[in-house]
Formats: sequence, C-alpha cells, structure tokens
Amino acid sequence: MTSERNYTATELLSVVAGRLLKDGQVVFAGVGVPLFAATLAQRTHAPSLTILFEGGTIGAFVEPGKLPPSTNEQRCTHRANMLLSATDVLLLLQRGYVDIGFMGGAQIDMYGNLNSSYIGDPDEPRTRLPGTGGGNDISSLANMIVATRHEKRRFVEKVDFITSPGFLDGGDTRRGSGLLAGGMYRVVTDLGIMGFDSHSKRMKILSLHPGVTAEEVQDNTGFELLVDDNVQVTDPPQESELNVLRELDPDRMYTA
Amino acid sequence: MPTVRSYDQLREDVRSRDRSLREKVVSLEEAAGLVNDGDGVGLGGSTLSRTPLAMIWQLIRSGRKDLKLYRSIASSESELLLAAGVSRYILTSWFSQGIIWGVSKVMRHYTENKLAVFEEWSHMGVGMRFRAGAMGVPYLPMRTMLGSNLTNRLEDIEESTCPFTDEKLLLVPALNPDVALIHVQRCDAFGNAQLDGLSFMDIDLAMAADKVILTTEQVVSNEQIRRRPDQTKIPFFTVDAVVEVPFGCAPHECYGVYEPFFDHLDWYAKQIKADPVEGARRYIDEFIHAPKDWNEYLSKLGTAEIVDAARRGRSIYDL
Repeated sequence: MTSERNYTATELLSVVAGRLLKDGQVVFAGVGVPLFAATLAQRTHAPSLTILFEGGTIGAFVEPGKLPPSTNEQRCTHRANMLLSATDVLLLLQRGYVDIGFMGGAQIDMYGNLNSSYIGDPDEPRTRLPGTGGGNDISSLANMIVATRHEKRRFVEKVDFITSPGFLDGGDTRRGSGLLAGGMYRVVTDLGIMGFDSHSKRMKILSLHPGVTAEEVQDNTGFELLVDDNVQVTDPPQESELNVLRELDPDRMYTA
Repeated sequence: MPTVRSYDQLREDVRSRDRSLREKVVSLEEAAGLVNDGDGVGLGGSTLSRTPLAMIWQLIRSGRKDLKLYRSIASSESELLLAAGVSRYILTSWFSQGIIWGVSKVMRHYTENKLAVFEEWSHMGVGMRFRAGAMGVPYLPMRTMLGSNLTNRLEDIEESTCPFTDEKLLLVPALNPDVALIHVQRCDAFGNAQLDGLSFMDIDLAMAADKVILTTEQVVSNEQIRRRPDQTKIPFFTVDAVVEVPFGCAPHECYGVYEPFFDHLDWYAKQIKADPVEGARRYIDEFIHAPKDWNEYLSKLGTAEIVDAARRGRSIYDL
C-alpha cells in the first residue's frame, strides 16, 4: 500500500488537517502544515475561512511560491484585511473570536499536552528547544488541531515539560487550572486521526489512514491509545487537493 | 532591584527626561553611548522582521557587556549578541534563527552549557508585560500560561482570583526596559516615527522604555510627518536618539523596503551549524568588527543580494 502512495507525509497531514476545518471558521495558523491545511481548506470547501497569524495578520492569502519563513514577515500580510500588533492579535483569542488553533510539538502525551521547550530534565536538558512562541497562548484559548509525524519518541507517556496545555491530567483538570475555554480537538498524523474521550480526555483513534492498522498506530505510540467503537478509514488525498499544495509550494520547501 | 518599579519612581523617571521638541539625530556610535553595560534592552520587531540590526551591530562593536535582552521572538540577532559576549540573558517566547533552519545551535550551546539564561514566557505574556509597562500599571491579568509548566520556572508571576468573577487569572508584571531599540521606515529629526506593516510589540515597547533609540531607513521632514499624523505610531517625546541607517535591518527584512536576505541567512546558518562557537566568532569578526562602517558591511553582503531583497521587499505593494 505504502509503495503506491503518490504523496508525501507532509502532504497527507496537510490534506487531512485541512478537511477538519469548516467554512466560516477563524483559524490561527503557523507556517508549514498548518498554513497548507488552512489555505487548502480556503481554496476547496471553506472559502469564507479566515486565517490569523501570530505576527498580527487578519485574513491572509498566501501567494503561491512566496511562503513566509515565519508568521512575522511581510509575506504573511499579502492581501490581508487588517494588520494588528502581535499582542492584540493574541488578545482576539482571549476574547473568543478564534475557533481553531493549529500547532505541532516535539512531544505530545495522552492528554494532548505539548512540549516544545526541553527534552529531558528542564534543569539539565538534553536539548533546549526554541520554546512556546504563541503556542501556549493558542492552546490555552482555542480548540486545537495538532499535526505531527506519528513516532514513539513524540507520543510519550508523559511530556518532559508542558509548554502548551492539552487536558493536563485529564478529566476536569484543565478547567480546574483556570483554562475555561478551548482544548484539544484532533491530532492528525501520518497514520491516522485521533480525538479525545469526552470524560477521561484520553487520546482515542477515530480514523486510520489507508493501509494502516490500529496495532500499527499503537506500536508507534508510547502510551495506550483508546480506539473509537466506529473507527473510520481516511479517504486518501485527492489529485485536486495535492495540486493546490504543489502550486503553493512549487519548490517543495515544506512539502517534500 | 524589584521587578516592578513603584509608581512614584516611574513618574520621576519620566519627569526627568527632556521631552521638548528638539532634534536628536546622531551617529550609530553616539547612540550606542546611550546604552550602558548591564541595561535591560528591548529589541523591536520580531523574528526576521524590522530587527534593529544596525544598532545591535554597533553595540557589539562598542563592546557592551551584560545586556539583558527582551524580544517577542528572537532570531540570529540574539545569537550574535550571545556569541559576541554582549549578553548572557534573554527573555523571549521563542529563540532560534527561524523554523526553516531548525533548532539554533548557538541557542543550544549557550543555554545547555548554562552560559546564558533563556527565560521563556508565552508570546502574549511578553506582550502583556510590555503593555503593562506602557500603561503605567504594575501588572496585567491574563488567561494563558495557566496550567502549563512555564510558570514553574518564573519568579515574577502570580496566580490570582478575580474579585468580580472568582475566576483564576495570571498576573504578569510590567516590563519597563532601560532602553528600547526600534527600527522604522521613516521618522523626523524629533523622533516622530511612522512604521509600515506589522508593528509587533514596538509601540508598547516604545511607551514602556525609559529611553528609545530609533534607527530609520530615512529621516523625513517634520512637514512630511504632519501631512499624515495618523501614520505616526511612536510619539517624539518617548524618543531619545534618531539614527538614519539605510538597510538598517539587513540581512533581516524591513516591511515594504526589503525582504530577508535569504542566501546570506542560509550561508550564516551553515557557518554556525558547523560550529556554533567558532562559526559565530568568525562571522562576528568578518561582518561586524572588520568593516569600517555600516556601508562597508552592506558592501560585504553584496549588491546582488541587496538589490534582490529590495525588489522582493517592494513587491508587497504590487497586487
């Protein structure tokens, strides 16, 4: 099955994540997969979706071949509706105007907590990572889609450090900590789509990509996954979806 | 010194500043004299955008020590400040050269070997600290960073209960830097600054700081400023020095004027990836210490790169 694929893992992540977005939503996106997913949604089933960037852009339309290197360069502002200060665009999240936030992370645990700060003991880290950026703010205030490669070293029993909160220790602990809005919505990987159990808040397989088994997903996960009673099979990326991505990134800077 | 100044002190510090409408155009060297060893320095812009690189370049040349850096998102300018021995402390939300170049080897070397402190706040946390500083209040409440481990490693932060709703809130302290370095597209000799495109946290930063050094692509007349006062984003009386430095963010970008010098940044990334200490040292010697002035530094970056960056920069205004 794998050998017949005509798409890369990044393209698969972008297509599957893009399909989770709904028309009319306001989406906070970073560069890479989040931007591809949101732009793809905009150009297919969700033309009235709005993209916000942490740098201060409301309503961007990225130009093919001119992908921004981060969310803070002028390329992010192409044909935008409005430019705000970075603080004010983040405050839109706090005010409640943003439906979906999008991010990755070096580690994720069964409650969707994300680490992008330290690998190992934070006092003596094996690796100091670049840090939260707006990740903590977005995951504290919006419903989150996480897009990442499915690897055992990423899907860990307990993250070394909670940079961006998921459901913390599960159950009502997120709300108990003072985070009254948002939370993990979906985790999209190259193997499947995961959601979270409504009571325990543990990660749960909702859909498997073509040719992938639940055992394979579990084998690549460092904690026990729940499996939905009605697991779906993901529709493979369509030619039309892949064409949009390849037009956006002709040099395959991100999608290779 | 306590994290937050008393209001009496804050008012006294403003009262003693010369706020008259006066010309304040100086050279990079003279402006560097306004920054003291040990100062807390707010850096304007974000990641690769409107980075006050010419002023940073001059502070490295002038041999400043022990600067505490504050920036929304830190990139290669902060790598250079660490590698040059100018700073051993940075407060930011994200620190690496940029996503496309992977995790910064310089950041890793200095932080993992405890040669420098990288104090991590959320992006909004940094923004609300500058804003509290700009507003003249000792703190602001916010609803992020709660529940995470970020707060465990920070001293100057307080969880609180709202007196009106009983909800949990996080209180973050005002950040009033000793000096702010901000690059703009244009300002007049008095320091009335107009900035185009994304403003990041720069307006709050200017209002919060005790001193502001503006570098600008162009010094324009006060008459020009008065034609479009709605475009003025930083008031002159917060500004202490103005330095005209064309391409003052190179190799980073300045909105509508030039995009990042990607080839140079790729080349720089290769130098420091091979050896974060020696690679950075050689880069600093060659590009910061060796040129006789900023124009010679620009010549080293190369005409082809400058023209290409400028062509791409202006393209933002073309639909």
